[in-house]
Order: sequence, then structure tokens, then C-alpha cells
Amino acid sequence: MKNINLSIEIGKLKLKNPVLVCSGTFGYAEEFVDFIDLKKLGAIVTKTITLKPRIGNLPPRTCETPAGMLNSIGLENPGLEVFIKEKLPFLKKLGVPIILSIASEEEPQEFIELVTRLDKIEEVAAIELNISCPNVKGRKHLISQDPLATKEIVSEIREITKKTLITKLSPNVTSIVEIAQAAQDGGSDAVSLINTLSGMSIDVDKRIPKIASISAGLSGPAIRPVAVKMVWDTFNKIKIPIIGMGGIMDAASALEFIIAGASAVAIGTANFINPKVSEEIILGLKEYLERNKISNIKELVGSLKV
Amino acid sequence: MKQLAAKLISNKKVKGNYWHCVIDAPFIAKKASPGQFLNIKLSDSFDPLLRRPFSIHNCSAKKVEILYEVLGKGTQILSQKKPGETLDIIGPIGKGFDYKAGSGQIIVAGGMGVAPLVFLAKVLAKSKPRVFLGARTKEQILCAKELKALGLYVEVSTDDGTAGFKGKITELLRNNISSGMIYACGPKAMLKAVAEFSSGLKIPAQLSLEEHMSCAIGVCLGCVVKTKAGLKRVCKEGPVFNAADLIW
Repeated sequence: MKNINLSIEIGKLKLKNPVLVCSGTFGYAEEFVDFIDLKKLGAIVTKTITLKPRIGNLPPRTCETPAGMLNSIGLENPGLEVFIKEKLPFLKKLGVPIILSIASEEEPQEFIELVTRLDKIEEVAAIELNISCPNVKGRKHLISQDPLATKEIVSEIREITKKTLITKLSPNVTSIVEIAQAAQDGGSDAVSLINTLSGMSIDVDKRIPKIASISAGLSGPAIRPVAVKMVWDTFNKIKIPIIGMGGIMDAASALEFIIAGASAVAIGTANFINPKVSEEIILGLKEYLERNKISNIKELVGSLKV
Repeated sequence: MKQLAAKLISNKKVKGNYWHCVIDAPFIAKKASPGQFLNIKLSDSFDPLLRRPFSIHNCSAKKVEILYEVLGKGTQILSQKKPGETLDIIGPIGKGFDYKAGSGQIIVAGGMGVAPLVFLAKVLAKSKPRVFLGARTKEQILCAKELKALGLYVEVSTDDGTAGFKGKITELLRNNISSGMIYACGPKAMLKAVAEFSSGLKIPAQLSLEEHMSCAIGVCLGCVVKTKAGLKRVCKEGPVFNAADLIW
């Protein structure tokens, strides 16, 4: 079969294939030039940017766990100005859609300010709202743990930009479906799910947490079944596209997400282990479609037989 | 830096839990400088999931050597690999030692910390660096023979006195060193003591640090250490840092 169509749409975004890289696992892409042909990616989601620079959490920040890893980086990033000056020029040259992940520290005002600035930058193809990181609105809770807060922040941002908006959700909730619906109601063009699962790990000899901030986010293949189910549950209840992520290691695991209902997938922890994995997954998806005589990847989305 | 498939040429036990392997990797052998490291994928399963970093122990025309201690699952798997098997390697990684030829070079190794310093000693051999090897006990003193074979002056210290000077390596340094440039690698406590020693004498020291790493290519921001200029990545701005820049 010759004409395999891997292209998909997310909001106004047209992607040549459905393989993205997760925020926080790909830096600002320049670190990957030695390993991968960046042009082949469907889109690049940047490390989360905040308005002002953040130094992040104290080390130790990561540790390995069974089939996964914990991280608590604390959104270390150089801030919007430095990003625009030092990181964006490289990204602009790539010719790959850039999805900018942003977070706000305290006030919704920070989101508004960030989006107002980013809205004017043509090369920012879409914005991913990271409302599933700690210490934002609501203090003890994440925005994405509260449907009302989610809808409110998404709709406030929707009003000030026509760019494609993606809302990244936390799995640390009773019903991710409700939150996804709230993001949809607020005007989000798509949802990314899932962010990391809350977890911790202990050094029993020293009786200390392995991560300085005690609690951290679990990623890697260990969380994949949780993520796939959340995609499936959500797919049946919302109309906007889903970007599925959580422990994708190869084409087979990417396919699980697509069959469960994800229009696109994002590769995270696997980038640390095999920096060229995304390219291999794109190839693997194509081979799968050929093997199964499916000409368009969209036919696979949510095609789970039940 | 490249990700490549490289053939294992040999993989042998040195003594105790210490192993030495030789890898056929011309690209890395050509590019590597002392203090840099490799990140090796040891398993196709998810246990262990992440790669494991190993400092470059020595390089020749086409070969790269690593010296390692079997401590956990990753190194256990590496020790079972047979010559002819292929390893998925990323390297050479990081900023190595900023070395200059000339007199007054001092190499200080604590236990396994000798691994990257043999490569440095070889490169600096003509300058006749003085080498100090310290460990808790005789069994943990490694590479003394190789270093002597390079024509270098080698002094040994052990905490229990089973070999060389009885006491900490910094005490041995105190008795022998008053000026020069220190290049050190070893456990954190030892490096901290070396940093204090060098700052007391106002002589420069470069320390090679070890931290848990998830990506080793600068993106996960997991392996950071405190420096006077903020948190810095051991895999990118390091692993070698100026002692004067570090905050302990």
C-alpha cells in the first residue's frame, strides 16, 4: 500500500503525523539534534515556560522505580524573555509545529500575560496549558483537579487567543472525564492526557525520601495502563481530540493509545532511554497501517472492538 | 555525541566486584576527552528502565574502556555481557577535565573514582602528574600498577592501613602537597574534603561528580548540583566542576 496517510488535525493545527514529544522530556529540542531528524516529528511540545525564570526544586529530583521513574523538577525554566531570545530562534528554524507548554505560578493573570505575548509569535503553533503542575491556583489543589477552575481558566485564555489550545490534565483525580469535559466547555481545542501520577519512593537504609521534595510524578511504562484507560474513558465522553501519553515506549504502545481514542500521541520518558524513539514510532505506525491495509490513521482512532 | 551500537571486545573481572570492559567504538575513542562519560542501555526490558552512566576509563585508536563496580541490577547485567555482544551507547557526554600539560599536576582518586583519572593520567603522562589513590581498604585500591607503568609517582592511602598511608587521602595530600592543580574523582564526602583542602591552600581543583541521571543529555534537569551560579546539570555543565564553584 502506497498512500498511507498519517496526518491529523488538532484544532487549527495540521500535523503530518500524530507523534509528538511530551513537555519536559525534550528540552527545547536543540539537545536532540545529534540523535534524531527533528523535521520528522509531528510536533514538538516544549519544556514548560513560566513568565519569570524558575530555579525549580532542590536535588535529588529524579529516581528510577519499577518500570518507571519519579521526577520533581519543579518547572525549572529560564522564563519567557530568555526563552524568546535564546530558545525560540532554534525552534523557529525547524519547520515543525511548536506547541508551547506554559504554566502559571499563582495567579491566572500570569497565564493571561503569557498567552497575550505568545499570541503575537507566529511560530508558536499552539499552546499547551499545563494546569496539572503543583502550586498553582487553588493552592492545595491543581487547577486540573477542579472542573470549575479548569473551565474558568480555559475560557479566560480562549477569549484572548485564536491559537490552538491544548489543556494538559492530571490523572490524580476521581474522574478525568469531568475535567476533560470542563476543558472542552471552556473552549479547549484538545486535551493532553495524562500528566504524571503522584508517587514517592524511599531509601530504606537511610529512611529518607529518594526525591528531595518527597512527593514526585511517576512516568514510564508503569503508568501506561492507567493512561490508556483514561484515554478510553474520555474518548467516549468528549468531542475534542485527545493527545495520549503515559509510558509510550514503541509503536505498539503508541497504537494502544490511538485505538483507545487518542488522535495523537506524545513520547515522554522513552526519549531519555532512546532519543530517536519518536522517529522509530512514526515508522512503526506506518508499517502497522500497511500491514493491516489501513490507508488513514484516523480510521484507527478509537477503533477498539468491544 | 552520538547514539551508536558498539561491539563488546572484552569484559573481565579485575578483582572483587570490579570489572573492566573494552568496547569497539572508534567515533567515541576519537572524540572523547578525560572526564567525559558514556550512557549505556543495558536491558531491552524495563528493569532497569534507564540507561546507566559510566566514565571513560581509557581510550585507544578505536577502543573505549570502562572500569566499573558491580553494585546494582544495571552493572550486574553489564558484567554478564559477553564479547561480541552489542551495546547501545550514547557518548562521549559532558564537560571533562580542563587539563594543561606542565608541572604541578596532582591526580586524586577515591576508590572507583580512579576510573576516569587513568585516562587523564595517560594524557598527562609526559607532565608526570603525581597520583594519590585512596580507599577504605587495600581491596578497593585500583589501577596502581597501570599508573606506575605510565612512569608516574603513585601514593596510596587506606583508612584501615592495609595498604600505604593509614588514614584519609586528604591527610596524605596535606603531607605532600602545597601547590599545583588537583584533578579528583571519588565519593562525595571525599570530594568535599578535597575541595576544602584545595581552598585552604588556595590551589585550584577540578572535581568530577556523580549524580543519578535519567537522560544524561541535558533535558530532564534531574542531575543538578548546587553551584555559586545556581543549579547546574552534572551531565551537561559537568561532570567536572571547579571546586571553588560548588556549594556543598
